[in-house]
Amino acid sequence: MTGVETKPNWYRLCYVDDLVPQSGVCALLERAGEEDQQIAVFYLPEEREQLFALGNYDPVGKAFVLSRGIVGDLQGHLVVASPLYKQHFDLRTGRCLEDQSISVPVYQVRLADDRVEICA
Amino acid sequence: MSVLKVVVVGNGMVGHHFVTTLAKKDLDVEIIVLGEEPRIAYDRVHLSEVFAGREASDLALASLDTYAELGITTRLGDPVVSLDRETKVVVTQSGARFNYDMLVLATGSYPFVPQVPGADHPRCLEYRTIEDLEAIKSAALGSKRGVVVGGGLLGLECANALQNLGLDTHVVEFAPGLMSVQLDAPGSQQLRTRIEGLGITVHTSKNTTNIKSVGSKSLRMEFADDSSLNTDLIVFSAGIRPRDELAKASDLVTGERGGIVINEHCITSDPSIYAIGECALHEGRVYGLVAPGYRMAETAADRIAGGSACFTGADMSTKLKLLGVDVGSIGDAHAQTVGAQVCALSDEQAGTYKKIVISSDGKKLLGAVLIGDCDNYDTLLQYQQNDIALPDTPVSLITPASGTPLLAANALPKTATICSCHNVTKGCIIDAIEAGCGSLADVKANTAASTGCGGCATMLKSLVDDELAARGVVIDKSICEHFPHTRQELFHIAKINSLQSFEDMITHAGTGKGCDICKPAIASIMASLWNDHILKPSLVSQQDTNDTFMANMQKDGTYSVVPRIPGGEITPEKLIVLGEVGKKYDLYTKITGAQRVDLFGAQLHQLPDIWRELTDAGFETGHAYGKALRTVKSCVGSTWCRYGVQDSVGMAILIESRYKGLRAPHKIKSAVSGCTRECAEAQSKDFGVIATENGWNLYVGGNGGMRPRHADLFATDLDDATLIRYIDRYLMFYVRTADRLQRTSTWLDSLEGGLDYLKEVVIDDSLGIAAELEEQMSHLVNTYQCEWKTALGDPEMLKRFRRFVNSDGNDKGVQFVRERGQKRPARDDERDDVIAVAS
Ligand code: SRM
Ligand SMILES: Cc1cc2nc3c(=O)[nH]c(=O)nc-3n(C[C@H](O)[C@H](O)[C@H](O)COP(=O)(O)OP(=O)(O)OC[C@H]3O[C@@H](n4cnc5c(N)ncnc54)[C@H](O)[C@@H]3O)c2cc1C
Ligand code: SF4
Ligand code: FES
Repeated sequence: MTGVETKPNWYRLCYVDDLVPQSGVCALLERAGEEDQQIAVFYLPEEREQLFALGNYDPVGKAFVLSRGIVGDLQGHLVVASPLYKQHFDLRTGRCLEDQSISVPVYQVRLADDRVEICA
Repeated sequence: MSVLKVVVVGNGMVGHHFVTTLAKKDLDVEIIVLGEEPRIAYDRVHLSEVFAGREASDLALASLDTYAELGITTRLGDPVVSLDRETKVVVTQSGARFNYDMLVLATGSYPFVPQVPGADHPRCLEYRTIEDLEAIKSAALGSKRGVVVGGGLLGLECANALQNLGLDTHVVEFAPGLMSVQLDAPGSQQLRTRIEGLGITVHTSKNTTNIKSVGSKSLRMEFADDSSLNTDLIVFSAGIRPRDELAKASDLVTGERGGIVINEHCITSDPSIYAIGECALHEGRVYGLVAPGYRMAETAADRIAGGSACFTGADMSTKLKLLGVDVGSIGDAHAQTVGAQVCALSDEQAGTYKKIVISSDGKKLLGAVLIGDCDNYDTLLQYQQNDIALPDTPVSLITPASGTPLLAANALPKTATICSCHNVTKGCIIDAIEAGCGSLADVKANTAASTGCGGCATMLKSLVDDELAARGVVIDKSICEHFPHTRQELFHIAKINSLQSFEDMITHAGTGKGCDICKPAIASIMASLWNDHILKPSLVSQQDTNDTFMANMQKDGTYSVVPRIPGGEITPEKLIVLGEVGKKYDLYTKITGAQRVDLFGAQLHQLPDIWRELTDAGFETGHAYGKALRTVKSCVGSTWCRYGVQDSVGMAILIESRYKGLRAPHKIKSAVSGCTRECAEAQSKDFGVIATENGWNLYVGGNGGMRPRHADLFATDLDDATLIRYIDRYLMFYVRTADRLQRTSTWLDSLEGGLDYLKEVVIDDSLGIAAELEEQMSHLVNTYQCEWKTALGDPEMLKRFRRFVNSDGNDKGVQFVRERGQKRPARDDERDDVIAVAS
């Protein structure tokens, strides 16, 4: 079962083995009494943070696909490009580079032994 | 002194230009914008691009944040409903009151709908706002025919949009010709021929007298001449009327036929009130274009800041933005100036009509009309706007291939207007470059040139290129910020240094971490050179999403599955397998435009199961997801057809089997026809083969799609072996030298020396590389593997084919409804009554 609460508000999502370096995967955050949430988790082992988590919903393409975008950097921002219409979302702030008025949720994420945990 | 309070009514294009211009002046003002539409100002001029796939949100001209940074207070979705000039107060619909020192009316216009009984039917629509556009889109769903009332600039643009929506499109015009404001009679006739050539039906001299509803979703238009036309929807685009209702209600002076009267300072009959844009009437004229509105906005802003700017009328030259029809009208197109002389050239065979209007002394260009060929638009516009002396034989400006060079940007005076939308002169552009702008993008961002209608783009680019080159700047052709190289250069760097991965490439030749431009481009180069499996760990994170999952992502995040059906030939047994798989996984099934079957609506985790069944039955991947060889279409050929002279199906299968899996700068398509009747449409393909009595004719550089191009005949009467050898060389030369995402058609057009050069390289081996090209191709042919089949045998590669890495839960984002016996993605408005959540 995912979404086991370890400390207040921190939830286990998946194993580090589930991740794909330089790329994203989608994990489901299932919590009792709450709507399930799709989280896009990106694994960039050479970055200081190593892990980044955004909501998986692409507000422009209106589909749950951000985990399947290409990761890279643009003008100094670490970004994922939406696979649908190629807008870039900042992995650290969730901001859309092409349209300041659009952003996606960002989650704190950390590694606890071999587990990926997020704060939600 | 207290701060000057400026209230602006209307946040359209001109209102927006006004507030940003005023806010950037160093003035002590408080700016309040009151807008009726629910969203911030957007680019109405490019509204139609939304029909062609652009997002409505991309059209925004600003954001609430940028307004806030400029100190502008914004209230949207709440129109002003009254104006009290005595107390200087405006009141909005929700009751909010704002007092002003200066009021600016920028309320634009509304589409004119003739007073015809039935014109208020819900399937009678207008076209001005994003909401109108959404309404047209949803009315078009399930409709077959659409009529545009109005054959002017906007009406034709709207007709193009309806056609993009797949409707059988008709234009109904009251006048005897199309675009009668801009064009003369012969020009208008030539335009009609062109428009009809696009499949749009044109009805002129039609006075609509009645609109009746027929059933729940259809209409019947009746005309004064007793004829009638049935349709499923009507869009009115028969001219505009200024929105002067606030002005009228508060007794400002308005024109007889509408419009708020302004003087050359853009001030109305009340000295504290300005009017700008399409609501304003200047010297008896309402300007329906954005550039004059911008000039008014600048004038008003300058006046408020204490300046002395004047609006003295504006140029009405225009180009039509329709895809596939070039139409331009400049200045005095109807030759109304006293003593004006006309030179006109009409070429019915080429479908072009060009006319210039010249001053009585033959020295100056007064106006022009161009149909079917706008190449000279920029040049003519410069002659007209800058009073440049005409050559001795002015007609040489419009005669084809007369050798008269186009007026080069460097021949223009500094005062020449390059971009009339934003009033940017050649001088402004040179200043921007002097001040440090080092690229076209910089110049655009800095001067706003070419960010309006785009009509000046070619001229601007050549000017900027010239100016930068004159300063010794090398024009930047880098593919993105990570590599200072073109795709061709990257290909050579990879080949010469035997670089095998993106990491190798970026360490060797780039900086940073890469992006969605360079990563897939390099992944494609790696595949063309080394042909490793695209899901190899060192390659997988660079692939486009479609390649990563070896399927095409659809709008809802599900995927389509396209097995290869070489040449379009398929046994009944295999067809049954496709049917069974479609049925088992409940996939939407469709015959594609390229002679195969597409199965839509599969979820990520289902792809391996579906492909296992397909590969077990002998199918291979169709690479519909890759920039790779797609299909080789065939006609039935000599085996069955009474006219066929060769076995076209056999040749198509041979070609498709040889080049399947070949990755290239863009997708590659082919076809083989069994005789000159050309049922396989080989001349619209990247390479096409047509059977002759003596062998095969090879065609190259054809394209369907957005900019269709007929293929060029490359070689005739080839035997099988020579045919394949030429195709090997041709394709490999393309793979080596084309730009990223450049189809063979545009590549061929950009090759210096063109078709003749290509023949020299491929047929005469002028570069001495033919053997190398063939060798490279045979390496690729020999290392082919069905990517799906390999992946199915490798658990590590399949690991990613999971909806969620940690759960088997449902993806609630994916919802389907049923239509015509199959599922399809639910639309936003259907999301509540779905038949099933995908499992
Ligand atoms: C499925 C299909 C339409 C159909 O239902 O018939 C189709 C569907 C798509 N086409 Fe196409 N095209 C399909 C035949 C064509 C054809 C006809 C043909 O191949 O004979 C053309 C015109 C011929 C040509 O390419 O020259 C065609 C010209 C395009 C273009 C415009 C290319 C151009 O050079 O202008 C695009 C956009 C692009 O590639 O950038 C495109 C892009 C697409 C994409 C990939 C759009 C996208 O990014 O989602 C569509 C997704 C395919 C999918 O999910 O499977 N499709 N598309 C056809 C698949 C054929 C197949 O079996 O592989
Ligand atoms: C499809 C299309 C294609 C076009 N193509 C071209 C082209 O190629 N080239 C070209 O030069 N021009 C083109 N135009 C025309 C161009 O868009 C207009 O000239 C321009 O938008 C005029 O700007 P405006 O600000 O005066 O009016 P608008 O952009 O219409 O803005 C007026 C705004 O005021 C608001 N408003 C009205 N009354 C009130 C009120 N009482 N309170 C608050 N707000 C109010 C309206 O809702 C609207 O948002 C095109 C127009 C359309 C519709
Ligand atoms: S299938 Fe082709 S033509 Fe049809 S919508 Fe998609 S890209 Fe456009
Ligand atoms: S002339 Fe319209 S953008 Fe330059």
